[in-house]
Amino acid sequence: MLAAKPIKLINEDGLRVDGRKPNELRPLKLEVGVLDKADGSAYVEQGKNKILVAVYGPREAHPRHMGLPDRAVLRCRYHMAPFSTEERRSPAPSRRDIELSKVIREALEPAVISEMYPRTTIDVFIEVLQSDGGTRCAGITGASLALADAGIPMKDLVVACAAGKVDGKIVVDLCDLEDKYGEADLPIALMPAFNALTLIQMDGLLTLNEFYEALNMAKEACKIIYERQKQALKSKYYQIKELIETEGEK
Amino acid sequence: MTLFVEKRSIVVPGEVLAEGKYILGANTYLKNGKIYASKLGLFDFTQDKLMVVPFKGAYIPNVNDQVIGKIIDVGLFGWIVDIASPYEALLPASEIQDKRSKIKIDLTKILDLGDLILAKVAAFDRTRDPLLTIKEEGLGRITSGKIVEIPPTKIPRLIGKKGSMINMLKKETECEIYVGQNGVVLVSGKNPFNENLAIEAINKIAAEAHTQGLTDRIKEMIKKRREEYAGGKTN
Repeated sequence: MLAAKPIKLINEDGLRVDGRKPNELRPLKLEVGVLDKADGSAYVEQGKNKILVAVYGPREAHPRHMGLPDRAVLRCRYHMAPFSTEERRSPAPSRRDIELSKVIREALEPAVISEMYPRTTIDVFIEVLQSDGGTRCAGITGASLALADAGIPMKDLVVACAAGKVDGKIVVDLCDLEDKYGEADLPIALMPAFNALTLIQMDGLLTLNEFYEALNMAKEACKIIYERQKQALKSKYYQIKELIETEGEK
Repeated sequence: MTLFVEKRSIVVPGEVLAEGKYILGANTYLKNGKIYASKLGLFDFTQDKLMVVPFKGAYIPNVNDQVIGKIIDVGLFGWIVDIASPYEALLPASEIQDKRSKIKIDLTKILDLGDLILAKVAAFDRTRDPLLTIKEEGLGRITSGKIVEIPPTKIPRLIGKKGSMINMLKKETECEIYVGQNGVVLVSGKNPFNENLAIEAINKIAAEAHTQGLTDRIKEMIKKRREEYAGGKTN
């Protein structure tokens, strides 16, 4: 059963369907190094989104002719699990999966310093376990974490977040209902160190002023997530450090 | 010339390290006059050279590196060796046979699929796969011991300053330890206890490479295990 359209996406108090303010993000949980076998991995929870990302590589290109003589090939697979939506989804890659794989790859490519490993491939697997709108953004956020965790050289981490228009108001980090029944959706990916956009998509309608408002809101949200990403990467190693220090005191 | 982060602090890709006339070391890059980190790791510098010591990463061969590899294919002209790197290595048959010799010998009789070898990187430049050699003393097929794999980026820590860590390990565990720069380590001791002790220590070093006072902690751990073992025997 698809969730019916709520009568109002924004109530009298200006709060959204899940009780958030227009510029408030969903609760975020970022974890790094969750898979032992992968070279790098990350787990992202953004609201009800649950996404697992694994990175393999750089490894030898297979088939061999696929490799490029001057840089590594970045391959990306975005996939939604059959149980990730309310109605069972076919596990075969859909048109949408293939398109998102491409845009996610293109969002990550400017950050990865691929010239370091010619003739190799770097594989990124993004598996959506539970979806609640904005999975491409959460996928990009997780993928850049997993790449950093794998020790792949990068210019910067990539962060993604969406903004959009719901019931005539500009809001940030849209959930599934807002995405489906709202007026517009604007997902962006950002390399915060250089204020460089690596992904920008839009569906729906926005005036030019609304567009800039949404863009700025999404950028601000990205910067908040960026700080959380840094924390997530560092905390894994700080934990070991702390553990030793407390042991030393005993 | 300003530094933005402290020595030995953890940095992530895209973090600004410094501004000014520094020398760019490993895993750093310059953009718009600022120096950034390109990998997750520990920030370090010597005089005015900045670098990031990475936590993880693939092994990129270097000429003269000692590596441990596994034979994964035997051809007419040599062996293909997996050296735990994005690049497969080639060990040419000319290593064991004169090129002009007309008698073809069965290469599998010398090194077969699945054999492990201790070798040295003879040539590598990223445009072609690395070439190995086993012509030096002590190199060749591995016949005994246990193998441990750790991230290749932790190898410098395992060796320590001028070999302080590895020499201590060899002495304390009474094992022969051959370190492959590709993150594969061969441990060969008189009994399984010594070997397992060395393996535990190596794994501990890999997990805690970014912390201080590691050599002493490892020493302590070995001592403790030895006491436990001796205690278990008398009981």
